[in-house]
Amino acid sequence: MTDTTNTYVKTASLEERRSLQKKRYASERKFKYLGLGAILVSLGFLVMLLMTIVGNGIPAFTYNYVKLPIDLTKVDPEKPEKANYGKFVKSAIADAIPYMSDRKGKRLARGLVSGGAAIDVRNQVVGDVSMAGQNADVEVPVSDFADLYLKGLTAKPILTKPDAAIKVSDVEGDVDVTLSAAVFDEFLARVKETISSEASRLNTRMANLQLSLDNQREIAANSQDTLAVESAKKSITSLEAQLAGFKTKFDALIVRRNNTAAREVLDTSMPSLLLKVGGGVVKITEVEGMSAKGEVIIPLEQKEASAGEWQMQEILEAEENRKFSDKEVAVVDRLVAEGRIENRLNTIFFKKGASREPELAGIWGAVVGSFFTMIITLALSFPLGVAAAIYLEEFAPKNKFTSIIEVNINNLAAVPSIVFGLLGLAVFLNFFELPRSAPLVGGMVLALMTLPTIIIASRAALKAVPPSIREAALGVGASKIQAVFHHVLPLAMPGILTGTIIGMAQALGETAPLLMIGMVAFVVDVPAGIFDPATVLPVQIYMWADFPEPGFQQKTAAAIMVLLGFLILMNAIAVLLRKKFERRW
Amino acid sequence: MSEHTVTAFDEDLNFVVAKISEMGGNAESMVARSVKALVTADIGLGQSVVADDKILDALQQEIDDHILLLIAKRQPMAMDLREVVGALRMASDLERIGDLGKNIARRAFQIEDNLPPKKLLRGLQHLTNVSLEQLKDALDAYAAKDVVKAREIWDRDDEIDSLYTSLFRELLTYMMEDPRNITYCTHLLFCAKNIERIGDHVTNLAETIHFMVVGSYDIASED
Amino acid sequence: MDAMNTKRQEDAVNKMVQNEIKMSGKDVCVSYGEKQALFDVNLDIPAKQVTALIGPSGCGKSTFLRCLNRMNDTIDICKVSGDIRLDDQDIYDHDIDVVELRARVGMVFQKPNPFPKSIFENVGYGPKIHGLVRSKSDLEEVVVKSLQRAGLFEEIKDRLHEPGTGLSGGQQQRLCIARAIAVSPEVILMDEPCSALDPIATAKVEELIDELRENYTIVIVTHSMQQAARVSQQTAMFHLGKLVEVDETDTIFTNPSNQKTQDYITGRYG
Repeated sequence: MTDTTNTYVKTASLEERRSLQKKRYASERKFKYLGLGAILVSLGFLVMLLMTIVGNGIPAFTYNYVKLPIDLTKVDPEKPEKANYGKFVKSAIADAIPYMSDRKGKRLARGLVSGGAAIDVRNQVVGDVSMAGQNADVEVPVSDFADLYLKGLTAKPILTKPDAAIKVSDVEGDVDVTLSAAVFDEFLARVKETISSEASRLNTRMANLQLSLDNQREIAANSQDTLAVESAKKSITSLEAQLAGFKTKFDALIVRRNNTAAREVLDTSMPSLLLKVGGGVVKITEVEGMSAKGEVIIPLEQKEASAGEWQMQEILEAEENRKFSDKEVAVVDRLVAEGRIENRLNTIFFKKGASREPELAGIWGAVVGSFFTMIITLALSFPLGVAAAIYLEEFAPKNKFTSIIEVNINNLAAVPSIVFGLLGLAVFLNFFELPRSAPLVGGMVLALMTLPTIIIASRAALKAVPPSIREAALGVGASKIQAVFHHVLPLAMPGILTGTIIGMAQALGETAPLLMIGMVAFVVDVPAGIFDPATVLPVQIYMWADFPEPGFQQKTAAAIMVLLGFLILMNAIAVLLRKKFERRW
Repeated sequence: MSEHTVTAFDEDLNFVVAKISEMGGNAESMVARSVKALVTADIGLGQSVVADDKILDALQQEIDDHILLLIAKRQPMAMDLREVVGALRMASDLERIGDLGKNIARRAFQIEDNLPPKKLLRGLQHLTNVSLEQLKDALDAYAAKDVVKAREIWDRDDEIDSLYTSLFRELLTYMMEDPRNITYCTHLLFCAKNIERIGDHVTNLAETIHFMVVGSYDIASED
Repeated sequence: MDAMNTKRQEDAVNKMVQNEIKMSGKDVCVSYGEKQALFDVNLDIPAKQVTALIGPSGCGKSTFLRCLNRMNDTIDICKVSGDIRLDDQDIYDHDIDVVELRARVGMVFQKPNPFPKSIFENVGYGPKIHGLVRSKSDLEEVVVKSLQRAGLFEEIKDRLHEPGTGLSGGQQQRLCIARAIAVSPEVILMDEPCSALDPIATAKVEELIDELRENYTIVIVTHSMQQAARVSQQTAMFHLGKLVEVDETDTIFTNPSNQKTQDYITGRYG
């Protein structure tokens, strides 16, 4: 006893131990802050992602509609679907926008209304036959570019009320504009700025050209290879020509920039300037401090206006860089001023299936498709997965065969999902000849993909049930099946359900395997059953993201929001189910 | 015998054994001195015996307390339990032996000078020697946990009984011979009775030792 | 001394023969895969008495206990040989229904393990699955009676439909005992029933065991020597898979004949 107390090894002094402790605490603190930092960074990214998606998606939930006075007197109430609505809409547009009377103008005006307007009107009339035979104000969707402009997503005009009187030489055609003060100076300066930035851009390009020119010259001078020298010489001539062209342009730009007071011609690469004078719109083509030349877009009623009674509308984005011309801006602004345009909930988006026209494309087809697919997936994978888990966990003998099965199930969870798509294509479509693009097949493929997740989660949940519960049940004489179904399974249920819903959420967001079985097809109709061709939300998003129209970019974000909404809903259900089952005890 | 997993348990038991041995030694010396005080009428020696009884009582108290604590703390089982219970019994037997020694010593105060003839004392001294020998053997047997020796002690109790009977008769004869001897002989008679009682306590000790080791009081039936 | 011990053993056996033998094991060997856990155990369990199985951890006492109602069947690698009889019927016989056997030989476990259901459902589960009751009122009667026998009814009569897991540890264990006796078993096996309980709960369970002895044959595995001494009439000492000594409890704890037992109960083991 006594010698044990004496055999203490001489250890570090108190000071040494204290400094060691300090180091330990410091490293603990460091680790804590590191973890906190990691969480903050990931939170930041998450917020950024959500903000981008929400910011892009929110506008798509509303849409702008234009009220057109459509003459429906010729519609037969017995057969409302037979009438030529295209013609009605066309003339209604002409009536609503009378100032666009020439052919070009009429086409422009028609372009502002959705191409599906006629169908929309027909649907409305068929839905409400009382409209037939009357003159009715019918709301039809505007075109997608008009909608984007109205939401401020293409160009943001700057409206000012200049402090000067204005005089326009004529009410239509090419006009001269004279002002009482030099209010155009500011705009002119902005134009010069554009010229200057254009010049500097040109300069950089010239420098790059010069570099490659030098390069080619060196090759031509030094290379042994005659072929290379030949081609270099060729490119030298072309480069020199290009460079000379740029040089002339550049010089011209510089002259224009330096000549600050000079009159400037506005082409489509320059900012636009529209004047709203006396009930009409003048588009400026040449500008000076106090005077300008312009072109009347919407005829004027008065040729003169005093300070504060007319407006100047600047659009900094060059006309050639946007898909919405100055004329269209003027007309849409006029329609807004007339109160014909209304922004309201985008019912088409929530009620319709896919379409090539962004303003007519809806998410409903994909939602229904997803719903049917998920029903099939759940109906197949839940009972199969839970049954497999129960068998493996509770009944299967522990031998080589079952352990091979176990390993395979675990590996299956890591198989890329597109492989399941290939399997579905080969087995369900080619062998069993089930219909292509159908939610039935999609659900079957996703069920295959979800099964391992459900089996693994269910097994973990079953394993987590304390063995004492099984023993208790067996101890009072319950059979193995009774013990499992009366006691073990109810306790494992929250875990199983969580696993299932996680698997379902994964399936809901899956695209790749569905591409293989044709669910990427362009399906306009909303599917009515599990055998109808359909698409699902993520595939719809994938397709929309691929479309070039800017209208679809919003739709994509909005569809992502809908998908996220469903995922959040499913997770909330998972949490609720957990709570409900756990609260029992 | 292997040791306990808890070494403190062993220490506790060893302490009890040591204390019992100490008590045994004290009791033995008290009896020896008391008889000597009686036969030599040495009042001083008698007083020292009376004083020693207090020490013996204190020792017994100490053993009792220790065993109480030991039972509470260790909950002894089987042989340990027997040993502890046996120790309690032995302590009380030894305390009684000490008391008897004290009684003998008290008689020395009353005898004063009128000493009887030597031959009267010889029988008593023999009885005392045999009893003390038994006590000593019992203590040895306890220390060695020797069942055989314990049974020998138990067997020899008859010897003390017969010695006492013959001494009784002898003293009775003296008293009848000369009535002046009666007072003194009565004292001697009581003294002999006390020593015979000591012998009985020693028998108890032997039985207790047997119980400790074998687990039964049935010392006689093992032939 | 050896002669003496054998004589005493014989006496003890003779005494036990006077009691009816409820269960008996003959040459019971158990092995888990390669490892043998029990070697030729011969043990008779007298009816309406408490038999305590003691011994150091891993000595096979729990294994033996679990053989008595075939709880070891749930372990794949467990092999039992020898002869275990309940009322002279081999319980490992092919035509013995394990479910019925477990109804006759109930079990209470080390950790109180009530089902995460109401107290009523806990006790009523056994009678329900064995079809012991015909009506709801019968079931209620059985539940109440079992709880009363387990000495729990007075404490929880207002909480019959609250979860059994909400009771205290001791109450839970008595609930488990009530659950076991609800199917009217003949034998109750208890595997360290008090090892997770505080002394007061332990005392209550021990009191209960003492009362149950009137109607049931009880086999209890315990690590507490004092408990074995308190509640049992017969004690069997296991060591390294072998039955070392079996005797009346009073003898085992005052004067065991086997050195291993002596060492174990006096705390000299290991």
